[in-house]
Amino acid sequence: MRALSILLAGIAALAAMPVSAQTIAITGGRVVIGDGSEPIDGGTVLLRDGRVVAAGAGVAVPAGATVVDARGKWVTPGVVAGFSRIGLVEVDAVDPTNDTRATTSPFNAAIDVAPAVNPEATAIAVSRAAGVTRAVVSPATGRSIFAGQGAVIDLGGDMTPITRARVFQYIEMGEDGAGDAGGSRASAHVLLRNALREARDIARVGVTRPDDVLLTRADALALIPVLQGTQLLLVHVERASDILQILALRGEFPNLRIVLVGATEGWRVAPQIRTAQVPVIANALVDLPASFEQLSATQSNLGRMRAAGINVSIGMINDDEARQVRLSTQYAGNLVAIARVPGHTGLTWSQAFAAISSGPAEAVGMGGEIGSLRPGRRGDVVIWDGDPLELATGVEAVWIDGVRQSLENRQTRLRDRYRQPQEGALPHAYDPR
Amino acid sequence: MASARHYGIAAATAAAALLFGCANQAGTEGATPSAAASRSAPARYVPPADPYPSTYHPYPGVPTAITGATLYDGEGGRIENGTVVMVDGRILAVGGADTAIPEGATRIDGRGLWVTPGVIDVHSHLGDYPSPGVEAHSDGNEATGPVRPEVWAEHSVWPQDPGFSRALANGGITTLQVLPGSANLFGGRGVTLRNVPGRTMQSMRFPGAPRGLKMACGENPKRVYGGRNQTPQTRMGNVALMRATWQRAVEYRERRAREPNTARDFALDTLVEVLEGRMLVHNHCYRADEMAIMLDMGREFGFRIASFHHAVEAYKISDLLRTSGTCAAMWADWWGFKMEAYDAINENIPLVHNGGACAIVHSDDANGIQRLNQEAAKALADGRRMGINITDEVAWRWLAINPATALGIADQTGSLRAGKRADVVLWNGNPLSVYTRPRQVWIDGALMYDMNDPRRRQVSDFELGQPGEGDVK
Repeated sequence: MRALSILLAGIAALAAMPVSAQTIAITGGRVVIGDGSEPIDGGTVLLRDGRVVAAGAGVAVPAGATVVDARGKWVTPGVVAGFSRIGLVEVDAVDPTNDTRATTSPFNAAIDVAPAVNPEATAIAVSRAAGVTRAVVSPATGRSIFAGQGAVIDLGGDMTPITRARVFQYIEMGEDGAGDAGGSRASAHVLLRNALREARDIARVGVTRPDDVLLTRADALALIPVLQGTQLLLVHVERASDILQILALRGEFPNLRIVLVGATEGWRVAPQIRTAQVPVIANALVDLPASFEQLSATQSNLGRMRAAGINVSIGMINDDEARQVRLSTQYAGNLVAIARVPGHTGLTWSQAFAAISSGPAEAVGMGGEIGSLRPGRRGDVVIWDGDPLELATGVEAVWIDGVRQSLENRQTRLRDRYRQPQEGALPHAYDPR
Repeated sequence: MASARHYGIAAATAAAALLFGCANQAGTEGATPSAAASRSAPARYVPPADPYPSTYHPYPGVPTAITGATLYDGEGGRIENGTVVMVDGRILAVGGADTAIPEGATRIDGRGLWVTPGVIDVHSHLGDYPSPGVEAHSDGNEATGPVRPEVWAEHSVWPQDPGFSRALANGGITTLQVLPGSANLFGGRGVTLRNVPGRTMQSMRFPGAPRGLKMACGENPKRVYGGRNQTPQTRMGNVALMRATWQRAVEYRERRAREPNTARDFALDTLVEVLEGRMLVHNHCYRADEMAIMLDMGREFGFRIASFHHAVEAYKISDLLRTSGTCAAMWADWWGFKMEAYDAINENIPLVHNGGACAIVHSDDANGIQRLNQEAAKALADGRRMGINITDEVAWRWLAINPATALGIADQTGSLRAGKRADVVLWNGNPLSVYTRPRQVWIDGALMYDMNDPRRRQVSDFELGQPGEGDVK
């Protein structure tokens, strides 16, 4: 089963390769590399065979390249949605279209979102039109603390959305985890430890599996790469004390590669997170004590953690994450805004943009592939008609893997149909264009 | 997440309004029983016209003049290098650099800054679905029956909701309407509040503001009750039960006129107030076709809908909204969370405006209320990209005079106009930019927020002694 799915993923990866061997030069724009460095005016972005060859000032345009004039525009890597469930949902409240969680499944950790991602979900085209080109896609928990394995996808207009499957295992360890575990955080911790021990047992070649197991064989097998550190463990916790408990897990399971998700109270234990060298994917603008695990919520959370030296990224945790990843730019802009409010710690513009590009890419171990315009990265490029974090800015062009993308979607079609609400000689339905 | 989507399960007890004994204290007109009533004939109970009356009073302010700022007056006007003067809680003057400033007034140099009227949200559940959002706080839907016009959102308002302070500091919100949720066809009465901290709801109530009636179309009522195998189970069931209820109200009103001793029915009293034009209808309704049916229902029974809320398909019927004089209160870009939100488009607000109807930006959300200016900015830009050229200052109507009109308080607030309440936001930049935040906010001329003054940061009772107390939020 595992071997087969790896094989299938391999085929998908091949199919995702750009078909065109085109060279594209986007010239004259304000170029943002996405790695936290300052924007470069009058820069060039050179793409070849679906990858970034070079970006910045003084990049020569080779003969035969397709030249795109971006003077007066901003040119950036595509936005990476740091935490989402995009592609798993068409309409949230219409259950048959919602593949985020499996509440009565016999499986948990073994669940792999990759086959459920629908590249034709409306949210993919809507988000692409707003400059989002890649997304971290996570399952949600059903009746276990283990949600299953998430993927990194592209938002291209084709049938091969998976950039990399099974990038991480996602678990709930805060209030939601306590609920999933039968009612307490303490139970969630026992369940987690027990599951990792079962993974260790089942990984021993030639040793018969004990009888007193809780996990199905598939779930136990799925946790082996987590235990061994070849697959990331994304852990959703919010409360400061919960964060510390998660960091402490590595004393027991030293190979765990943890990424904190949520971490609303992360700023209060920032030195410990920094010491553990654990990245954080957090909601940008949570500032209400929406639950008792978020009492000290502040929009300065990311800024304070960044100031402490933590790799912080913006994600949308339980925040319209299946449909509204396009708000990432607005959220990032707000973190720049608060830097001008006394008492707040915000981000610089370049840090904020990195929090929605290279930051999440690096957090999930894919900084070498996506999230910036450094040489060798996938050719995900957006041309904006202004500052991409500003509210009035629009997207003019999007490339994914070097392939120019359509910016049309259901919403733009409805807009065009209803420019005039009054119907003409025939009703609107007769005039699709 | 918004209660519009998660209509919630109300744990609240019914608001059993016990009026006896309150009449004298209420001190309102018609509330004085005869002192000479004999023992054998007890004084006839005369209900107060305005029970649970507002005890709000403006907080002290000092005469203040902001000079040199860019002013959006909230009605579509703009003044560069403008001056606004606040005295005794009211706007004394609005004008250019030559505007007279009273001697001794505190002067604020507004060069490079923007001044707008305070932002008004017509659709909030702050206090009714407060933070923390625990079950014990779920007080927004009396989902024990689809017809509950007898409940009043104000009786659920928890003044200690930390959300009020975030709306003030980050969103410049000075006035908001708190509505019941949308589980019911008739959700109950809404209340308009001044966004000031108080020990009681009454101390926040906007004096003289009419109450609203919350109605809801569509998926929520039919899901809540249909799921229990009760009526309504369908949209036609929604309409049938609404019509039957309005008919009861019409008959009750006539019977009360004929027979004053007719037993009071608090549910129908609410509807009679609507029929008599003393209460405004605010109707949760997403789809264009359903809004058209509701407009007809208003004509059938003689009530007017002040505003449709959410109205994600308002752009399909801006002509009908214009004709009926009904506002649409909308999000900039929420979509797809349920079927009736599937046809949302980013240009909804500018298309409604461009169609000549009254457009409002609303939140329905404890987070969204902190960024209504940003929502307006996104919608404005999307409109311009499709060729609808609305100026910044005209777009500000969506946050100011239009919601004030829908709430029936446009004579009191909603614009920078001499004589109105001095509800004013001084922004640290262009308020349609993502990089801008309120610098200072005045409510009735009292400085309620100042980003440079930690002592002007509100801390609700709930937050005292908790991690993060007194922090920037």
